[in-house]
Amino acid sequence: MTNPRYLSRADAEAIAQKVLSFSTADEVRVNLNSGAQGNTRFAQNQISTSGDTFDANVTVTSAFGKHVASASTNRFDDDSLRQVVQTSERLARLVPEDPEYMGELGPQEYLPVEPYFESTANITPEDRARAVMLVANPARQQGLVSTGYLSHFTGAQAVANNRGLFAYARGTGTSFTTTVRTPDGTGSGWAGGGENDWRDLNFASLGEQAIRKAEMSRNPRAVEPGEWTVILEPTAVANMVNLMMFAMNARNADEGRSFFSRAGGGNKLGERIVDERVTVRTDLTDPRAASIPFSGEGLPNAPRVWIENGVVRNLMYNRFWAARNNTQPTGFPGNYMMSGGNSSIDEMIRSTDRGLLVTRLWYIRPVDPRTILFTGLTRDGTFLVENGRITHAVKNLRWNESPIFLLNNIDMMSPPTRVNASESGDGGSVMVPAIRARDFTFTSLSDAV
Amino acid sequence: MKRRQFLLHGAAATAALGAGTAVLPRLASGAVPGETLDAAVSRELSMLALDAARSAGASYADFRMNANRSQALGTRERQITFFNDAETFGFGVRVITNGAWGFAASREVNAEEVVRVARQAVAQARANASTQQRPLELAPVEAVPDGRWRSPIQVDPFDVPIEEKVDLLLRANAAALGVNGARFVNSSMFFLKQDKVFASTEGSYIEQTLFRAFPNMTITAVAPDGSDFQTRNSSDVAPMALGYEHVTGGRFVENAPRWAEAAVAKLTAKPVQPGRYDLVLLPTHLWLTIHESIAHPTELDRIMGFEANYAGTSFIFPIDEYLGKFRYGRDFMNVQGERSAPGGLSSIGWDDEGVRPDDYLIVKDGVLNDLQTTREQAPWLADWYRQNGRPVRSHGNSYAQSWSDVQFQRMPNVNLLPNPERDVSLDEIVADVEDGILIDGDGSFSIDQQRYNAQFGGQVFMEIKNGRITGPLKDVAYQARTPEFWNSMDMIGGESTVFSGGSFFDGKGQPSQSNAVSHSCPVARFRGVNVINTGRRA
Repeated sequence: MTNPRYLSRADAEAIAQKVLSFSTADEVRVNLNSGAQGNTRFAQNQISTSGDTFDANVTVTSAFGKHVASASTNRFDDDSLRQVVQTSERLARLVPEDPEYMGELGPQEYLPVEPYFESTANITPEDRARAVMLVANPARQQGLVSTGYLSHFTGAQAVANNRGLFAYARGTGTSFTTTVRTPDGTGSGWAGGGENDWRDLNFASLGEQAIRKAEMSRNPRAVEPGEWTVILEPTAVANMVNLMMFAMNARNADEGRSFFSRAGGGNKLGERIVDERVTVRTDLTDPRAASIPFSGEGLPNAPRVWIENGVVRNLMYNRFWAARNNTQPTGFPGNYMMSGGNSSIDEMIRSTDRGLLVTRLWYIRPVDPRTILFTGLTRDGTFLVENGRITHAVKNLRWNESPIFLLNNIDMMSPPTRVNASESGDGGSVMVPAIRARDFTFTSLSDAV
Repeated sequence: MKRRQFLLHGAAATAALGAGTAVLPRLASGAVPGETLDAAVSRELSMLALDAARSAGASYADFRMNANRSQALGTRERQITFFNDAETFGFGVRVITNGAWGFAASREVNAEEVVRVARQAVAQARANASTQQRPLELAPVEAVPDGRWRSPIQVDPFDVPIEEKVDLLLRANAAALGVNGARFVNSSMFFLKQDKVFASTEGSYIEQTLFRAFPNMTITAVAPDGSDFQTRNSSDVAPMALGYEHVTGGRFVENAPRWAEAAVAKLTAKPVQPGRYDLVLLPTHLWLTIHESIAHPTELDRIMGFEANYAGTSFIFPIDEYLGKFRYGRDFMNVQGERSAPGGLSSIGWDDEGVRPDDYLIVKDGVLNDLQTTREQAPWLADWYRQNGRPVRSHGNSYAQSWSDVQFQRMPNVNLLPNPERDVSLDEIVADVEDGILIDGDGSFSIDQQRYNAQFGGQVFMEIKNGRITGPLKDVAYQARTPEFWNSMDMIGGESTVFSGGSFFDGKGQPSQSNAVSHSCPVARFRGVNVINTGRRA
């Protein structure tokens, strides 16, 4: 057998039809996910662990009236498929009615997007090892210690139901992050990126960035916590804007338990909440950050504007809440793009009298959902900017801040760029600018390097 | 053809996409007697994989096969929101070839595939070895030719009727909503059963079955004028490696009104004045502070830089300036690592590289005494162990979340031991506090990548004035620097104040893997800790 990668459209359709043929439920949906994942980690300038995995999974959601339950398995022999159908049906008969069950969708039209690249699908462990050495060798030659993570996936998703809906898309993705440290532990620099197409990742360049920041960040000095002008690199901006996106659930807003709740009832649709230069939209067809064209229910993912010139244009609606409010369901976006400006990070530095340049943020956790207030720390490259230039590295700082406050305090923005802003280094399809902003709230110093 | 023959020799005859596996008996209705894996087939597959790895050039190989069954159900207010039953089955082969690791995994459990995957792991290790400066060395392990272990549960959660589980949550929700001001409630249960097989080229073959149960509820209170909302969760019922008895023992219907009242009380609670306070931290809260500021920084792979790109490193560096020298806290502070406590989320018979975990003191009489290790890591501490007359041996802290992930160092249950002298009570600890805050339950948490600077919230905050609890506070978080914080601990409770908290979702590694781990501890008091007010206006 060759190394399996994912279910083809024909395979997925055949399995889905077989599962549907076993069903006795009023309504039934089949979700198929399959794919191969590969990764290589490195530490101390050499590979530490790696892995290659193939898995495929089927989830069956059965409904009798509004009694609904699901079951899943990763075994695709006939007995297992029959069994998973029976399990979901048995559970569905036993659970109480879900008054919010909306039933299955009929056939849908999807945008012809398939973020799939053979270059990524064909990555081998040898390719990964060579890529790692493009960072580890120069780090070693310069007396530094590199660590990092390179991962890729190649997969397919399919949705089918007994109302005739069938959706299928393949996708690939790859991401790379590296942290280079000085051997004495006094300096640390990070760089990372994520792409659908492996050929778009420039390992040597990312390695150079991390190496340069590690060198620059040696022996950081303390600065006073407080309100600072900050230049947030795009990764740090996405770290913050992600938090706003995750808070845009329409129902929570309508129920009075969200920043997006309006005092006195309702939500903030139509209200200006951030700087008018801020527009955030989803476009799964954007070639720089393409994502698959349907949701797990088979709902089409459509281009959509969330924030337009600072005004809330859309919140995230599931089918039930959308129907209840006479609007269209949005699902949760597979990507987002934020507007930017024309300033480069160098220009931001040159025009700053006193501020902090921040590479990325870390251990970001909610503190107060009323204001989307989160806490976290700076990490792997935090520098003092004085009189238009970087003067020295500073100790990391804990911040307590909200993306809403940040996006109201914008001075300058760069053009948006795709970033890898998940803390775990597993990518994400997000495009954001670098931002210079006023009054970012730092509450204490950290000795961590 | 017998099932076993089909499995071992008939893979080619299976459907092009089928797993062709019969190792798992059918999981019909969750009523499978005994364990789920066919022992004879599992053993033969493991031997095939290990032989294939050796033949391909591996100097070491291990084979792990897991069958996981999980069930999750959720409700809100008076209705069900989801009910999912899931299973996943597969195996992974880890090898050392030319001094480097390789790992590959697949869901297709049959003879042909275990051989292919074993060879794939060896080929990958050869690619990795091209970057290798220093070959791997493993600490010795005792072969376990026929190991067996099972979580000490009383009631298999998969045997409990669906209706009973749903009914319990809906009754608990109703009890919460009976409290004036409680507007929303979400409740859920999650159960896991994992059958694990481990086999290695060093002669071990081990079968284990573990269970985990995580019942949970969160109640939201909303101010009548919409100006505020506050929540309280069921933090005094921790996830545990137990059966359904842990759910019924959590007494959700009886406790829900108390949790709801706490959420409502926060709406009108006094916002905290920032400043320095003495903190009395209940074990429902303190377990998470232990997790973040003691358990994580004493992971040896972090200290050595292996997690620098994600989870981070540790303030414990360089090691020889800390081991046996660094004062974590006062003499009465003892911190234990173990995987033996009944119901502990990390408890297990043998770890994921076949080592029987031992109980050991990470902090002894206030001083750093030991670190968390795997077989690869224990030799890095050889000098320290020899100085102390201890064997160079892994503590058995290797773990993988599933068959598809490679095992690596994960924390055991890490516990702060109670006062050994006498059973100090909570009242006694509060009595000596002039200006303080009592914190119950874990809330917001964040700590830097070397585990120095931490910020923690909580579920319930009570003001303490002159030795008495005077009323609720809100918007409380404390910020601490680990060494100063633990050295400010001046009193710990006795055995009767001990509670075991825990996390189901402790993330580490790339790709990130979730570990489940418990931390038991007594109530404890900390002097002069910096408290901030987290309330801001939008």
